[in-house]
Amino acid sequence: MIQTKIDDRGYYGRFGGAYIPEMLHANVEELRQNYLQMMADPEFRREFDLLLKDYVGRPSPLYYADRLSKHYGAKVYLKREDLNHTGAHKINNTIGQILLAERLGKKRIIAETGAGQHGVATATVCALKGLRCIVYMGEVDIERQAPNVARMRMLGAEVRPARSGSRTLKDATNEAIRDWIANPDDTHYIIGSVVGPHPYPDMVARFQAIISEETKWQLQEKIGRDYPDAIVACVGGGSNAAGAYYHYLNDERVRLIAVEAAGLGVDSGESAATSQLGTEGIIHGSRTLLMQTEDGQIVEPYSISAGLDYPGIGPLHAFLIDSARAEAISVTDDDALKAALFVARQEGIIPALETAHAFAALDQMTYGPEDVIVVCLSGRGDKDLAAFSAYLDSDSLT
Amino acid sequence: MNRLSRLFSEKKRDVLNIYFTAGYPALDSTVPIIRNLAEAGADLIEVGMPYSDPMADGETIQQSSMVALQNGMTLKLLFEQLTEARRHTQIPLVMMGYYNQVMQYGAERFVGAAAAAGVDGLILPDLPSFEYQRDFRQLADAAGLEVSFLITPHTTDERIREIAGSSSGFLYVVSSSSITGGSSQISDRQRAYFDRIAALDLPNPKLIGFGISDAETFRTACEYFNGAIIGSAFIRALKDQEERVEAATREFVRGILEPSLAAKR
Repeated sequence: MIQTKIDDRGYYGRFGGAYIPEMLHANVEELRQNYLQMMADPEFRREFDLLLKDYVGRPSPLYYADRLSKHYGAKVYLKREDLNHTGAHKINNTIGQILLAERLGKKRIIAETGAGQHGVATATVCALKGLRCIVYMGEVDIERQAPNVARMRMLGAEVRPARSGSRTLKDATNEAIRDWIANPDDTHYIIGSVVGPHPYPDMVARFQAIISEETKWQLQEKIGRDYPDAIVACVGGGSNAAGAYYHYLNDERVRLIAVEAAGLGVDSGESAATSQLGTEGIIHGSRTLLMQTEDGQIVEPYSISAGLDYPGIGPLHAFLIDSARAEAISVTDDDALKAALFVARQEGIIPALETAHAFAALDQMTYGPEDVIVVCLSGRGDKDLAAFSAYLDSDSLT
Repeated sequence: MNRLSRLFSEKKRDVLNIYFTAGYPALDSTVPIIRNLAEAGADLIEVGMPYSDPMADGETIQQSSMVALQNGMTLKLLFEQLTEARRHTQIPLVMMGYYNQVMQYGAERFVGAAAAAGVDGLILPDLPSFEYQRDFRQLADAAGLEVSFLITPHTTDERIREIAGSSSGFLYVVSSSSITGGSSQISDRQRAYFDRIAALDLPNPKLIGFGISDAETFRTACEYFNGAIIGSAFIRALKDQEERVEAATREFVRGILEPSLAAKR
């Protein structure tokens, strides 16, 4: 049996590490030396738990989706991260990191964002703690996720457009890294996913682990056993999946399903299905799977979903997929839109476009009638209404 | 003896190291830039391997890298160009890029191709010392390539000693906490940092980089260590100069060196 465990240099097997220029070393090292100790501090735990409960609204419900269950012929449970304050799982991590930043004496917070959910979650905790907040966001994403840009500004954050490359999440991340290099003393970089140099992938996974921690006792209450047969989650960088899997990583009774964005189709040239199209390399300080040319140039990905439009995946997921512990499924733009509409009308829940990919994967899976499936409903779809409206108005439905 | 070691054994001060992005402004600029830098008086040349995501670099180098990639630059072509350049000059050549490029080319194949093309050293800013020792050092040593590492104002004395110990080439002293492309004056805080490094009394040659952009900053940097590195300012001087790369290169080097020669007189 494969044990999923990070080593002290930040590797899951051969994936991970911290491939960073010396200019970032002092900050990343400060974090590495402190994060485990700080997170284990009872005072930290107390504040973290209290904020998750009273501010975020945890525990998030584990909802038995009756109509989806009938449709798929299995027992489908939805882990309702969409009901968190700010509308997605992202806040679990930003609450954790803002408490760390505060303890490290940082006064200025930077973040990157794709769909804007992480940007909003970061702007929110900065407002909560009275810290200055700068969010880097690709120009393309600023356009397609306008409601979240407005929310960040309302919360007092400065949204800085990333104008290089594909002007999406990858480029926003590059800009945030540069900002950190130029501001090494007073700034903490809140990375929003399980990507980046060690200790970020492990730290973010630990903050998101609350998802599976709750799933365990919620399942125990509901079905009398604390594990499902499968967990389905979408993967861009992979933070909601890391959290949903975390307490089941070494429990091989549980199938782990990682759903990637196929864009216009895996072989269309317009895709973000990293585990299928990617090869081993280095992106944003981490050795992982990424989409690149033979010469090691990082390829511009594509997905309708800004949160999945990323050419890499977190090193944990690269390890899980490489070792066949997790299964990767890819879902096209069209299938994700179709699934979003279906879930909205079956269950009265409008999922985020990212999450809609996880739902669409249910169509590609097989299961027995007694199988218990947990879908991580990572975010709500309010931010995607423009895309949904366009879909409703298009010919695709006729 | 490696051309780099020879340079630093023969020239202890005012070493002028100029960086350019291979494939910029035009795909075939590499050979004329190297020849003219050498002839105009540069001592050492850093050849940038254009990368899609150069996270330690500023806008100028990122922009030039993007143009170079659009022009069609690849490592295979670059090695051919460097082989050609080596037929004309014995100036030390150092390749600078990101470790993913080396990894995809194949580390062993990369050092072999670099050595065969007449390259003397490498700078891979995102290759950490542990991974360098584990995966790369033996290969580079065997190929006779000297590997340089960066140190910054935030690098502790202990770590500087450690890095200096594993650095077979010159130490790249990053002048300030910044990405490449700045052009500010050298501040008191920077002077204190340079003094701190000098006090460590390390055997490695040291060049200051980042923020060195003209004759004045070059001269000041040279007061502290063996010389300095100019990158973004040269890239800016090459902008829109596709038709007169040779003249623009010579003019740039003269602009750096002649005022300092004049100052000495």
